[in-house]
Order: sequence, then C-alpha cells, then structure tokens
Amino acid sequence: MIGSKVERKEDKKFLTGKGRYTADITLHNQSYAVFIRSPHARAKIKGIDTAKAKKASGVIDVLTGKDLADDKIGGLIAGWKIVSKDGTDMKCPAHPALATDTVNYVGDHVALVIAESLQEAKDAADLVNVDYKVLKAVANTGDAMNAEAIHEGIDKNLCFDWELGDKAKVDEAFSSADKVVEMDIVNNRLVPNAMEPRASIGDYNSSSDELTLYTTSQNPHLSRLVMSAFNALHPEHKFRIVAPDVGGGFGSKIYPYSEDVVIAWAAKRLQRPVKWVCERTESFLSDCHGRDHITKAAVAVKSDGTVTGLKVDTIANLGGYASLFATVTPTYLYGPLVLGLYNIPAAYCNVKAVYTNTAPVDAYRGAGRPEATYLIERIMDKAAKEMGMDRAEFRKKNFIKQFPHQQCLVHNIDSGDYDAHFDKALNLADYAGFEKRKAESAAKGKLRGIGFSTYIEACGIAPSAAVMSLGAGVGLWESAEIRFNPTGNISVFTGTHSHGQGHDTTFAQIVSDKLGVPVENIEIVHGDTDKGPFGMGTYGSRSLAVGGSAISKACDKIVEKGKAVAANMLEAKPEDIEFKDGEFIVPNTNKKKTMGEIAFACYLPGTYGEIKSPLPEGMEPGLKETAFYDPVNFSFPAGSHICEVEIDPTTGETKVDTYTCVDDFGNLINPMIVEGQIHGGLAQGIGQALYENAYYDETGQLVTASYMDYCMPRADNFPEFRIDYTCTPATSNPLGVKGCGEAGAIASPPAVMNAVVDAIGTEVTMPATAEKVWRALKDKKSAQKKAA
Amino acid sequence: MKQFNFHEAKNVKDAVKASSKKSAFLSGGQTLIPSMKLRLSSFDDVINVKNIKDLQGIKVSSKSVTIGAATTHAEVAASKDVKKAIPSLSHLAGMIGDAQVRNKGTLGGSIANNDPSACYPSACIALDATVHTSDRKIEASKFFKGMFETALKKDELVTAVEFKIPESSSYVKIPNPASRYAMVGVYVAKHKKDVICAVTGAQAVVYRCKEIEKELGNNFSSDSLNNLNLDYSEMNSDIHASAEYRASLVLSAAQKAVANCK
Ligand SMILES: Cc1cc2nc3c(=O)[nH]c(=O)nc-3n(C[C@H](O)[C@H](O)[C@H](O)COP(=O)(O)OP(=O)(O)OC[C@H]3O[C@@H](n4cnc5c(N)ncnc54)[C@H](O)[C@@H]3O)c2cc1C
Repeated sequence: MIGSKVERKEDKKFLTGKGRYTADITLHNQSYAVFIRSPHARAKIKGIDTAKAKKASGVIDVLTGKDLADDKIGGLIAGWKIVSKDGTDMKCPAHPALATDTVNYVGDHVALVIAESLQEAKDAADLVNVDYKVLKAVANTGDAMNAEAIHEGIDKNLCFDWELGDKAKVDEAFSSADKVVEMDIVNNRLVPNAMEPRASIGDYNSSSDELTLYTTSQNPHLSRLVMSAFNALHPEHKFRIVAPDVGGGFGSKIYPYSEDVVIAWAAKRLQRPVKWVCERTESFLSDCHGRDHITKAAVAVKSDGTVTGLKVDTIANLGGYASLFATVTPTYLYGPLVLGLYNIPAAYCNVKAVYTNTAPVDAYRGAGRPEATYLIERIMDKAAKEMGMDRAEFRKKNFIKQFPHQQCLVHNIDSGDYDAHFDKALNLADYAGFEKRKAESAAKGKLRGIGFSTYIEACGIAPSAAVMSLGAGVGLWESAEIRFNPTGNISVFTGTHSHGQGHDTTFAQIVSDKLGVPVENIEIVHGDTDKGPFGMGTYGSRSLAVGGSAISKACDKIVEKGKAVAANMLEAKPEDIEFKDGEFIVPNTNKKKTMGEIAFACYLPGTYGEIKSPLPEGMEPGLKETAFYDPVNFSFPAGSHICEVEIDPTTGETKVDTYTCVDDFGNLINPMIVEGQIHGGLAQGIGQALYENAYYDETGQLVTASYMDYCMPRADNFPEFRIDYTCTPATSNPLGVKGCGEAGAIASPPAVMNAVVDAIGTEVTMPATAEKVWRALKDKKSAQKKAA
Repeated sequence: MKQFNFHEAKNVKDAVKASSKKSAFLSGGQTLIPSMKLRLSSFDDVINVKNIKDLQGIKVSSKSVTIGAATTHAEVAASKDVKKAIPSLSHLAGMIGDAQVRNKGTLGGSIANNDPSACYPSACIALDATVHTSDRKIEASKFFKGMFETALKKDELVTAVEFKIPESSSYVKIPNPASRYAMVGVYVAKHKKDVICAVTGAQAVVYRCKEIEKELGNNFSSDSLNNLNLDYSEMNSDIHASAEYRASLVLSAAQKAVANCK
C-alpha cells in the first residue's frame, strides 16, 4: 500500500456533492447571525445605536462588544512570544472579539445581529447605527513605522524588532567580499481564498451545560483550548468543537477567529443555536491574509562565486492586530530559512513587524518559507548575473553537499542531495535546449525566459522542545488512537485535520501496511474534539511526518499486544511470534492467527460454558492503543523548480510555457496525492507571481475584495506540469517522510519571476501583471534611448 | 435578496403590462440575480422573459442575422448559421464568461445591461445593428447611451437584435485577468461602404474609434496602425489597466483583429 497511487477514499462524497460542510448543518430552532463590520480602516466608535434593529421583525438580539465584556469573554491572542533584539517582549494590542472603542481595519467586527431568518438579520443590520469618528489610516507596510501609532502605547506601530544570526561575522564577510549584491524585494499580500468560506454554528444545551461549536477549522483541539483558556468561553470538558468537512484552509483556518468566539458565546447567551456563514466579500475582508513583506537583502560573494554572507532586513506587515501565528510566521518560520539550501557561513536577519489598518496577516501556505525562498532565490539569480556566471552553475557551487549539515542560523539538516534533484530538473527541463527555444520565440515576436528556484523548507512542525525554546505557547507533537472493533475493522483517530489533503486515504494506507488490514476496513476519524485524543491540527506540512508517525507508533503498540495474545493462543512465546502481512506466525510451524482473529479474541467473545480466556493472565481486554509522537527534528523537504515563460511584448502578457519540478519529499506514501498537492501549491505560487494581489488603497479600503478584481489563477493559466522526484528519506521520523503540502507554493514564485526577469531583462515586482511587464519594457526602451 | 413578486410572462405584451415602477425583466439572470443577492438592487416585481417564444431563435437572411433577445450566448456560439454568416459574432459569444454564464446569459440581457466591459455592445456597433423592442426599432448607434445606460424606457423590452453581415470582421478581446470581462475588446468590421472599429471596455461606454477607422479606411491592413498613438484622455483607468495601457491594448487588439479579417 505505501508508495502506491490508491484512489482517494474521500473523493466520492466530494465529487457527488455529498460532503457535509458547516453550512450544510441545520439545527432545530436555529437562528441566523450577521456581523456588522467596520466600513472604515481606522475609526473611534463613539456609539452604537441598536434600538431600531432590536425592534425589527424577527430580531432576537443585537450584541455588541460591551455585552461581550460584560460577560467577561476574553480577547484573541498571539500564541507565539517573540522577543525583540533589545530584550523586550513583543507588543500586542488588546484584540476584543467585538470592537469596543476602536476599529482597526475594514471588516473589523463591531456587532452581531441575530434573527429568525438570514433575511431578517440582514434587514435589521441595515438599521444598526454606528457613530464613527474616522481617523487617518495606516495602510502601507513601508510607512507604518513613520506613521501615527494606531494602538495606544505601541510606539512606531512596532510589534517587535527581532534579529537572528551573528552580525559581526556577517559584517566581516561583507568587508572581505569581492562583490556585494544588493536587492529590494517585495513579497505581495495575498488572500488565501479557501473554496469554502468560513462558517460557525454555536449550540448550547442548558440541561447538560454542553457547548458545541461547528466550525471551519484546521485545528479544532487547539481552537477549543484557546477559547477555553484565553477567551474563558466554556470549560474544555463541556466544550465540543466539530470541524466537519472543510473546503480548504491554506492556513487561514488554523486558529479561532472572532466569529468563532462570538457565535459560540451568543449561542450560550441566547440558549439557542446561532448560525453564521461568511460571504465571499466578507471573506476577503476578514480572513487573515498572507505574506506582505518589504525586504532589503544583500549577499557577499567571492570572485570564484562562493557566497560568504547574507544580510536581510525585513518589514513584515501584521495587519490590525497580532493573529495567533502571526508573530512566528515572519520570524522562526522565515529567518532560519533565508539561507535556502546553500552553504552560507554567515547570515544576519532583522525583522520588524508592524501594525497597519489592514486585515490581520497570518500563516498562509508555506508561511514564512515562501518569503525566505523568494528572497534568496531572487538574489542568487541577481548575484549570478552580476558575477557573469551561469545561474545554474552558481547555485550548484553554493549548495550544501554533506549531511547532516548544521546551518549557521538554526537548522540542522538531516538529509538531502541537492545536486541530484537540480541535475534531474535541468535534464527534464532541457536546459541545454533553452537558447534554441528562445530563438524560436523571438521569431514569433515573443520574449522567452528561464527561471530557476531551489528551496528547502522546515516541515514536520515541530519538535516541541525546540519550538518552545523559541517562544511557542504549546509543544507541537501529535496524537493517534487505533481502535479495533471486535469484527476486525478499525477506527483511527488523529489529532490532525484533513481539509483537502486526503488523510482518509494516506493514513489508511499506513495502517493497512502496518496491520495488514485492507484500506476499506479502515476509517480515519478527525475533526471532533469529543471523539479522538487531543491533537495539534494540520498546517506546516506536519500531518504525515508528525501525525502519520503517531499512527505508525500506535500500530506498533497494537502489534506488540497482538503478539502477546497470539502467543497465548498458540502456546508460544511472545518474542517468538512474527507479524507479517496481517498474520501472527510461529516460525517454522503452521500455527498462526490473523489480525482479525486476534482483534476478535481481545474483545473476549464468550461462548456459553467456555471459561478459558484467550488473553494472557492479567492482560486488559480490548484492542485499542494511543500514541503521541513528538518529532526529534523538523523535516527538510527540498527541490528544484524550473520555469520557462513566453511574453508578448505588445501586451506584456506572460504565459507560463513549461514548468518542471523535481522534489525530494523523502518517502512517498501516495504519489497521486503528492502530485495533487504539488499542483495546488504551484497554482497558488504561480498565482502569487503573476496574478494575485490584495490591494489596499491609501485610505485602507481593500480594492480587491471580490473575484471581479482579485485575480485567482485558473486551469488555463498553466501548462501541463512536469513532475519528478528524488528521495533521501527523513531520519527524524519513522516513516522517512518530509512533507509536500507547501512546496509548490514555496518554490514557484521565484522560479516564475526569475524567468520573467530573464525574459525582459529588467526588474518587475509580483504580481508581474501584463501592464507591469509592458511598462517595464517601455521604461527599459526609453532608458536605452536616453543612454544612446 | 429581498422578497419580490415573480411573474412568468407568456408573451411580450404580458411582460410589458406586468412592469411597474419597481420591476425588472429577468432574462439569463447572470447580472440581475447577483446584484439582488448582494442587495445592490431590489424590486417589487421580477418578470421572467426568458421563456417568451417571440424572444427566441436565430434567423439569417442574405443581408443580416437576427437573434432573439432571450437567445443564450451558448446558442449563438453553437449556431452553424451564425458561424457561417458572421464567424466573429459566434466567436464573441463563445468567449463570454464561462460555460455556466454562456448557458444562462442572453443577448437581450447583455445589451439592456450595457456593462462598459461587455462584449455584445461592440458587435452591435461594428455590425451596424438594429435593436428591436416591444415598441420600436432603435439603431445601435443610438442605443448605448452611457455606463449601464441605454435608450430603453422603463417598460420597454428588447425583443431581438438584427446584425448586418459584413464582408469580413473580427473581434479581439483582451480579458480582464480577474473577471475575464473585456478589459479591452475591439470589433473590426469591413462593410461594403465603410470600416467600423467598435471598442468596448476602454471607456464608459462602447464607442467607434475614429482614429483607427480613418487609417483602415485608407488602407485596410494592420501595418497601417503601426504609428498610431491613441488619445487616452477619455479611457478608463483602474487597478487592472491604466488609461495609457488600455490605449496601447486597443491598438494591438485592433491590429490583431485586422490581421484576422480575411
Ligand atoms: C462570471 C461572469 C462572467 C461574465 N463575463 C462576460 C464577458 O466576458 N463578456 C460579456 O459580455 N458579458 C459577460 N458576463 C455577462 C453575461 O454574459 C450576461 O450577458 C449578462 O449577465 C446579462 O445577461 P442576462 O441574460 O443574464 O441578463 P439578466 O441578468 O437577466 O438581466 C440584466 C439586465 O437586463 C435587463 N433585461 C434582461 N432582458 C431584457 C430584455 N429582453 N429587455 C430589456 N431589458 C432586459 C434586466 O432587467 C437587467 O436589468 C459575465 C457574467 C458573469 C456572471
């Protein structure tokens, strides 16, 4: 099973419209909620008049931040403490789930209208009168530190000023460099755009005091923990969170939002189910966004092309408040990775995180690692060109060659073979034939460019001790429980959550191989805090490396118990029993028991008059094992991507003509699912490079708040991807897997942009829209004319 | 969506009679329904005209192609008769939106709506069309008044559009990357007595580009436009394309269109 392209078990329901998403759930006596959101980027709330709305037809209640405060519901938190270089803690403003005094971005939550029907809730929402005193907004990342402070007591809008690396050593590398190459780099802001918008339904049972929240979460256990411990919403043991089928998240659904807190609280307060379903523009405004960095970078290079130092200076936009993982994304998920897969002996990274009057920015597919990869791969390209070296050769020269390798910043990379995937990619992309293709394009009046990108990511998030020493509020282990039913089929409970990743299939393949039970007899259960053990959810390409390893460990425990039971039944010693292909065998005899027989025996099937137990004396009946797995290290997927673009100079339109990737994800459990993950990641990464941009105007209005203006990539924007792999198994987990969920989104933006810049011979920022490319060509032409 | 009364019109007369101060005709619903759902508009009465018999179908004569107002884009795109008589018109219909939109959206709805970046208005102008309504016949050149504004009266129903068959013609659309409406759409038609170049997407409303028409009138070749610089003072400017860029797109689309004309 492991390594084969098993068809996804979950697809039938999704493809036939039988998925059960939060919006599909309707509870008895359900009410409907609509959020009143700020139309201003920054304003003082002078008053909220709800009187008219409360009297409107069908209205049950209108709740405000004051009601929330009266009920002592706590605000949202930032879950990862970052310490500034001067030793002070990061500065986070209060973040009430409903604003009380000020609003800090368009879409910020102001009040909740609850009515018998959605129609009535919307009608009444028009009657709520919020008196705002509009203040000057800070909308731009680069301006934030020079603008008026938007939160009291947070000087320069600065959350933290963090550093990593040895500055003195880097300065030395730069002063002894033969060449210093500098670059300004902008990483554009993106809206995650999960296919399913967020939704929540709160349901309170007053007789049992149980609160249930159905919600679109990638991480239901953590949401419950945060809402219990920090929002003081309801005690954990009486609080159930169900994340049923979830239609994509890409990071934006890792953490609880204001809406989750408010809807659960409202249901409890009104003692009635309350349902809220986000609309698309609401999603654009209020989902956490991704990326949004401005960076100055420099590399020190020796005349032979060896890179000896790297300096990075980044301003990262956090948006209006610090969201749950917002502070770790531009620091520990970013800084350590700026080295790429190069052996650079000295590096220094400074990140200033700023508040602006825009939607909060948090982890989005790749989280920090795409920003790091974009930076290093763009500047390596520029450096190669300035050194007059072939861009492929220049990269190879600087690759890490030996493993394990302790990088100069944080990571100790256990395994890899970077030449192997780079060479394979060069071959597959026919780098040698590029000049010929370029000439063919030129004959058609088109400009052709080739771009390389190599990357490394730190996945399998994460070894608890390591992350807690860096400021994480929790360890990031994972849990699994294997529960055999007496008839021999299995329920597997995982603390991860599948919202497109295909866990139902991949995890079942692991269990099937380990226990010899067919895939169709294995059910993967996730997304319900009442069912499985506590877990840490799905993000950071962690589910297989950490969650899959927990499952694997639980399987080992099952086998161990099975051996003891089999030994007892077969009158042999446990240590003599061999387990293979679902059978417990006494070697060199014909004595054996199948996994099913053992499971059945463990549940003590009674026959009238029979008194002998199949279990060894003193052993507990039942066949159910739990395992928690805490990885010993991150895993380090790596790969090489090559993109060729063709540009029409008359319109500036860029066509991705070919795209090649060779990735090292360690062992592959299901290559078809891996391929799907690559496709999705590439679509998002190429989307970032050429199409997507969340654009706020200077007053803080989101101009791109619908698909009429926010350009999502479509299937016809892509060529057939050429995909291949190399494999160096991870040594940090028993499955030897590294993680593949984010790679496409990490590697592709620089591959595309390096190709675009190669084609037009001048710089352009992401997204390289047709007009930007057209203008860059025009400016280049007039500059050349001037020079001549 | 706010509540409304729904009327199923049996014929043109019925539809006109049902219209009131706060009513709307419903055809493909591809524009009307989203705007109602977003509460940008609301009506007391919604009158469905999609099933009226007299609004259906395609008729081709030696001089013109007449298409019923309720004919969907998909039907126009699939029609062999249209493809034979005016291939560019069938191409235009086949490029509108996506399959769902083409299966629902209609010619009448499109021109009555007169979105500045819709495709059909350029066809109406370039193919010197006549708009047939419940009341009268209106020349295309007098139909499209301004942004989302037409010569139609409140209770006036478009019943059909009659397009003249040109000697040759081509429509080149440069789609807005996000919405895929026309960021710029240029319809060039060579008629016996003149050349018409209709441009959509570039200004508040579809217009004839006289500068291009003049050059093409003298010499119908794409090279004749090589040295043209279009005035862009009236052009739309937005996050997708500045006025200056739009002007350059109009030119390159026009050149492609001329090259396509046989
Ligand atoms: C995703 C998407 C992409 C699109 N892309 C394009 C594109 O690329 N190019 C393009 O040109 N268009 C595009 N459209 C528009 C679409 O093709 C329709 O033409 C348009 O929505 C209107 O046609 P309808 O039949 O749906 O009209 P409706 O939505 O039913 O009506 C539109 C308006 O016209 C009025 N109306 C309808 N019929 C009549 C009539 N017979 N007489 C008088 N008034 C009438 C209605 O009252 C309403 O005000 C797109 C639409 C969508 C949703």
